[in-house]
Amino acid sequence: MNFGPIIFLVAFFGLCCSWLGLVLTPQIQIGRLQQTNTIPAGVVYPVQRPGLARQGLAVYRANGCQYCHSQQVGQTGTICDVVLTDAGTNETSTLVALRKVRPSFSEAQDRQLLAGLPKTIREGITKEAADAAVKVINASGAKATAWIVPVGPDIAEHWGARRTVAEDFLFDYPVLPGTQRVGPDLANVGMRLPDANWQLRHLYAPRSVVKDSLMPPYRFLFEKRRIGRSPSPDAVNLPPELAPEPGYEIVPNPEGSALVAYLLSLRASEPLFDAPLSVAEATTASTNAPAQATTSTNAPAK
Amino acid sequence: MPRGLAEVSEIDLSCRLPLLVLFISAAKWLVIGWIFELIGSLKFHNPGFLADYSWLTYGRVHPAFTNAVVYGFCVQAGLGVMLWLFAQMGGVALANRWLVTVGAIIWNLGVTVGIIGILAGDSTGFEHLEMPGYASILVFIGYLAIAIWAAVTLHERRRRELTASHWFLFTALFWFPWIYSTANLLLVSFPVRGVAQAVIAWWYSQNLLVTWLGLLGLGTLFYFIPKLSGRDLHNHYLALFAYWILVMVAGWGGIPASAPVPAWMPAISAVASVLSVLGAIAVGLNVCHTLGCSLRPVRGLPQLSFLVFSGCAFVLAGVMRAASALLVTEQTLRLTWFGPAVQLLDYYGFFAMAGFGAIYVILPRLLGVSFPWPKLVRVHFWVSAIGVLLVVVPFAICGAIEEARLDAAQPFVTIMRSSMVFLRISTMGDLLILLGHVLFLANLTGAVVGFYRLRARTAYSVLTADLFKPAGARP
Repeated sequence: MNFGPIIFLVAFFGLCCSWLGLVLTPQIQIGRLQQTNTIPAGVVYPVQRPGLARQGLAVYRANGCQYCHSQQVGQTGTICDVVLTDAGTNETSTLVALRKVRPSFSEAQDRQLLAGLPKTIREGITKEAADAAVKVINASGAKATAWIVPVGPDIAEHWGARRTVAEDFLFDYPVLPGTQRVGPDLANVGMRLPDANWQLRHLYAPRSVVKDSLMPPYRFLFEKRRIGRSPSPDAVNLPPELAPEPGYEIVPNPEGSALVAYLLSLRASEPLFDAPLSVAEATTASTNAPAQATTSTNAPAK
Repeated sequence: MPRGLAEVSEIDLSCRLPLLVLFISAAKWLVIGWIFELIGSLKFHNPGFLADYSWLTYGRVHPAFTNAVVYGFCVQAGLGVMLWLFAQMGGVALANRWLVTVGAIIWNLGVTVGIIGILAGDSTGFEHLEMPGYASILVFIGYLAIAIWAAVTLHERRRRELTASHWFLFTALFWFPWIYSTANLLLVSFPVRGVAQAVIAWWYSQNLLVTWLGLLGLGTLFYFIPKLSGRDLHNHYLALFAYWILVMVAGWGGIPASAPVPAWMPAISAVASVLSVLGAIAVGLNVCHTLGCSLRPVRGLPQLSFLVFSGCAFVLAGVMRAASALLVTEQTLRLTWFGPAVQLLDYYGFFAMAGFGAIYVILPRLLGVSFPWPKLVRVHFWVSAIGVLLVVVPFAICGAIEEARLDAAQPFVTIMRSSMVFLRISTMGDLLILLGHVLFLANLTGAVVGFYRLRARTAYSVLTADLFKPAGARP
């Protein structure tokens, strides 16, 4: 047992292996990751977050948001849907093809289906089956496409459209994917809840927007001030019981504004080569563009 | 309390000053840390609790807690025990105890600065490496100042043979500076790009909490359990097997399955977690057979109870980690309260308990006085053991339920609401643990105060011996 140098060598070797394996190799593989293109739009992804959002990341780090919120959406796999987009000119052959693809439906149902396109004709099948179905339909003169849909418990919670990948964090320092979920995952919070004022109100008084929320209020990110000539556009819309006395308003301080800008910039849902996903063509692919107010805004967090 | 000071060996005498500094400050950090933990825990009962102070927000008190416990207590107490073991097992006095004391003071200064930095919002954001760069330099220098003399003490040993404990402790000695400097250089000083940061942070966390604390803790267990139970270590090779597993395999774990990184990393981590269970089983068998597979040797020896509990916690943590890696649902299980349950078992149930046992043995020998309240040692054991179980078991159950409900696609807010009952039970556990730490600190400081009072009294009686002699006896 009296082999001092040997112990040293053994331990040194063990440490070296783990260091080479989980420090050096990841650095070689993903430490030099470059921007990539979204598929199929071919837009560069990701782009640097805007300056205010980068300051917001510092606020996020300083207040340790990552101890309760992860930014890693997982998926257990992908399934495919087949969507019929165009019935073509030869309705008979389309109907024949449809019967082949989904034999369990009656012809009347198929006819009804052709009335308003696009329609999903098969759901939750494998990529091979979907491709085969698409081939059959396209041969008949109609047009169908296979839609790739990621699935998993996180996706079911509406936390994101796809799993989070390395590219999503490319320009961030520090990278904070989180280790625990006391609150919901935030990888796509800017997509899910794009209303800045909702975010401000949620930070100021979480329970006023999410019933029984466990999140503490972050009032130190706000200040109360006298309303000037006109109310500030950033002033938080508060319910009467929380609102300050007349003539005053609650506005975020610089840290509060930065944090909200960062939260709104979290939109990791672009379709990429390593995380395929079908999206409607109209969707723009730029990531850090200001939030589009197309989705409902004041919906509670899921 | 005994009337006089017992004889203290020269080896213990050489360790006295640095170890007193290390142990008392470690106990102090434990109390401070658990006050932070209690504040964090109470926030789950009422989110508005102390919410208006930015420095007391959950995201700051939580890292302040983990850093106070890991760097303030675990590493510090571990170093103290290591120094004593190297001196004791080698039959040689501690080398350069003054510089070691200076190192301990620098270390404590670093941890203090670091925790103030975290509370002020300067945290680096990487879990278990939150102390800002300016504090980690102090911490690193403090460590080196202690570790160099630990290595010199080991080198100068008179009893040349090396035991299993030597293997564990010596490896731990240089493992920490390597991982700590790597993590600080690549994450704080010259940060790497993108998600490689997260991988390195996970690697560091795993190497610190599982490998490093494992090496130090097992080194302590394999020395003290045979010593206190008066039996030989059951099987030397089984201990070395655990060593090999820890050194070769455990350092590969830690990347969660949900991580947004290339799939081979979580996969290799899962394999490592499963293989590590062999090490845990080897430790379990060894401890069990050393005690003759019965709890009789533990009776009447609270110090040994601490160590045996620690061994059991090591096995349990290994099994829990392997089980979660094997489950299909590992992806989401790791992000529930199950993760903190395993971590607490690592650094508290296993490591801190081993540290308590060792310190309760070492400190009276350093001073030559026994503890002022020996019964409180037993109370501390029960309070800590029940406390840690009251945190770990509800967390683990809560995590499993959370996971099952998430799989059933229930809304997240409902899931979290149902976890409240478990969090409330865990606050009870935290209270008990805090009580245990107050007892621990009281006993330690009580022994030190008692020692100095005795010494002052002895010195006084020596000085004044002349005055009270009968007049005729004077020359």
